[in-house]
Amino acid sequence: MNFWVIQGLNGLAFGSLLFILAAGFSLIFGLMRVANLAHGAFFMLGAYVGLSAIDNGMNFWVAILIGGLTVCVLGGVMEGLILRRLAGQPLAQVLVTLGIAFIIADGCLWLWSGDPRPLPMPSELQGVLRFGGLIFPKYRLFVVVVAVCLAGALWLLLERSRVGAMIRAGVDDMEMARVMGIRTSLLFPLVFCLGSALAGAGGVLAGPILSVYPSMDTDMLPMALVVVILGGVGSLGGAFVGALVIGFIYSYGQALVPDLAYVILFLPMVLVLTIRPTGLFGRRLV
Amino acid sequence: MTARSGVWLVVMVVALVLVPVLIGSPFYVNLASQVLIYAILAMSLNLLVGFGGLTSLGHAAYLGFAAYVTIYLTTLAGFGQFSGALIALVATTGLAMLFGFLALRASGLGFLMITLALGQILWGLAFRWVSLTGGDNGLGGMQRPHPFGIDLGDPNAFYYFALCFFLVAFAGIALFVRSPFGHSLRGSRDQPRRMRALGYNVWFVQWCGFVYAGFWGAIAGILYAYYNQFVSPHALNLMTSAETLLMVIAGGAGTLFGPIVGAVLVVVLKNVVSAYIARWVMLLGAVFVMIVLFMPEGLVPGTTRWTKLALGRRRRAAGGGPGEATGTAAVQERSS
Repeated sequence: MNFWVIQGLNGLAFGSLLFILAAGFSLIFGLMRVANLAHGAFFMLGAYVGLSAIDNGMNFWVAILIGGLTVCVLGGVMEGLILRRLAGQPLAQVLVTLGIAFIIADGCLWLWSGDPRPLPMPSELQGVLRFGGLIFPKYRLFVVVVAVCLAGALWLLLERSRVGAMIRAGVDDMEMARVMGIRTSLLFPLVFCLGSALAGAGGVLAGPILSVYPSMDTDMLPMALVVVILGGVGSLGGAFVGALVIGFIYSYGQALVPDLAYVILFLPMVLVLTIRPTGLFGRRLV
Repeated sequence: MTARSGVWLVVMVVALVLVPVLIGSPFYVNLASQVLIYAILAMSLNLLVGFGGLTSLGHAAYLGFAAYVTIYLTTLAGFGQFSGALIALVATTGLAMLFGFLALRASGLGFLMITLALGQILWGLAFRWVSLTGGDNGLGGMQRPHPFGIDLGDPNAFYYFALCFFLVAFAGIALFVRSPFGHSLRGSRDQPRRMRALGYNVWFVQWCGFVYAGFWGAIAGILYAYYNQFVSPHALNLMTSAETLLMVIAGGAGTLFGPIVGAVLVVVLKNVVSAYIARWVMLLGAVFVMIVLFMPEGLVPGTTRWTKLALGRRRRAAGGGPGEATGTAAVQERSS
C-alpha cells in the first residue's frame, strides 16, 4: 500500500515537471506551428544557469528567476532573428531549432563540463512531511503545487484575458484572426518568450529532483513531445492530463520494470496514435 | 535520366572503383567505406524526405536496430553470418512496417515528432536494457564475414564489399524513384488531395515508401555492424538521425546525387574537425542553421542551378535563344 502511494506521489511530482516543460512547448506549437526542438535544450540551459546563480551565492528563488529570464531572452532573440525570417516554412523552422538545440547542448557541455551536478534545494523546503505512516519529501510536494498554480494561471491567461482570447483565436484559425485585426506578429514573440521562460524556470525547478547533467535535453525533449502528442496539440488541459499519465507510468515503471521503464513511457502515445491520432483533447491532427 | 546525369553516373562509378588505388592509405580507404555506408543511409532517408515529403528525425533507428540485431545474433545467439544478416534485414524491415503504421497517422510536423519519439524508444531500450544490449558499453566482439573466402578485415576488400552494396542501393533507389510507383510517391508529396481524387491510396503509397526506406536503412545498419564490429546506443541516438538528415538536406533533398554529396561532406567534415577540436556537435548545429538560412535547396540543386544559369548566360551572349529558355526552365523547376 505504502509503495503505491509513495510511487504515486513521485509520479505526480515528475508529471508536474513534465507539465511545466510541455505547457511551453504546446503553447508555442499550438499558436505558431513551430515544433521547437530546442525546448529540451532550453530546459537544460535554464537548469545550468540556475546552478551557476546558486554557485555565485544567490538563493534558489532568484536562481529560478534568472534561469527563466535568460532563456526567455534567448527565445525572444531566436524568434526575432531567425524563426521570423522563415515564417511559413515549418520544416525549415524545425530544422533551425534542431541546429540551435545542438549548439546550446554542446555549449553547456563546454561551459559546465560533463559531470552531473545536483542543484541544491532551498533550505525551507528540505526535509520531509509525514502523514500517518507516509514519509514524503517537501520539495516534491512543492513542485506539484507550483504546477497546479501554473496550470491555473495559464488557464486564467488563456481563457479569461483579452490576450488569451487573441491567442486562442490565433490557434483556431490564424488567417481569420488576422482578418479580425488581431496582430499575430505581436503575439508570436510574446508566446515564444513565455514558452521559453517556462522551459528555463522549469529546468531550475527540476534541478533538485533530476540534478543537472549533459544529456538532460535529449532526455526531456522526447517526453515533452510524447506529452503533447498524447494530450493533443495546443491544448493546455491535454498537456496537463498527458503529463500526469506519463509521470505515473514513469514512476511505477521505474519501480516495477526498471529495464523497460523508458520504453513503456511511449506506449500511451502508440495507443493514442492508433485509436485517436488527434490526441486526447486535440481537435486537429498534429 | 538525361544524358548528362548518365555521364555523371559513369564518372561516379569509375571514380569510386579507383578510390583505393588513388589514395592508398588505409585510414582514408576506411573513411571512404564510412562515406559509402552513410551514403546508403542518407539515400534511404532521402526517399522519405525528398521524394515522399516526409521529414523523419528517427532514421538512425534502422541503422542501429539492424546493427544490434546482426551483432547480437552472430556473437551471442550463435547464428551464422549470412542467416544473422538476413534475419536482421527482415526484422528491421518489419520494424519499419510498424513504425510506418504509427508515424503515418500524422503528417508534416506531427510525423517528424512521432519519428523522433519512436527513435528515442529504441535508444532507450539499447541504453537501459543492459542485460540484452550491454547498455552504454554496447555489443562488440563481432568478426567481419568471409564471403567467398575473401577476408573483409582488409580495408580495400571491405571498401569494395561496401561499394557493391552502395551501387545496388543506388540502382534500387533510382529505379524505384523513376518507376510509376515512385511517381505516385512524389504525387502524394505534392498533391495528396488530387492523388486521392485520382483513386490512389495515399496512405499506402507513403507506407510502402517508408518500408522501402527502412529496408535500405537496414542494409546500411548491417554494413555499419561489419565495419565497426561494435555497436552502442550512439548508433541510435538523435545526433545520428540529425546527421543523416543533414546529409540529405545539405546535399539536396529529392535528388539522386544530393545525399551522396551530403554524406561525403558530413563524414569528412566530422572526421577532420574531430581531429582538431572537440566541438563537432556545435559545428553540426551551426551548419544546420546556415544551410537552412542560406542554401535551403542543398548543394547539388544549388550548384546545378548556378551552372545552368551561367551556361545559359554564356549561350545567350553567343546569340542563342534556347540558352535563356533552359535557364528560366531551371528556375521554374525549382520554384514549382
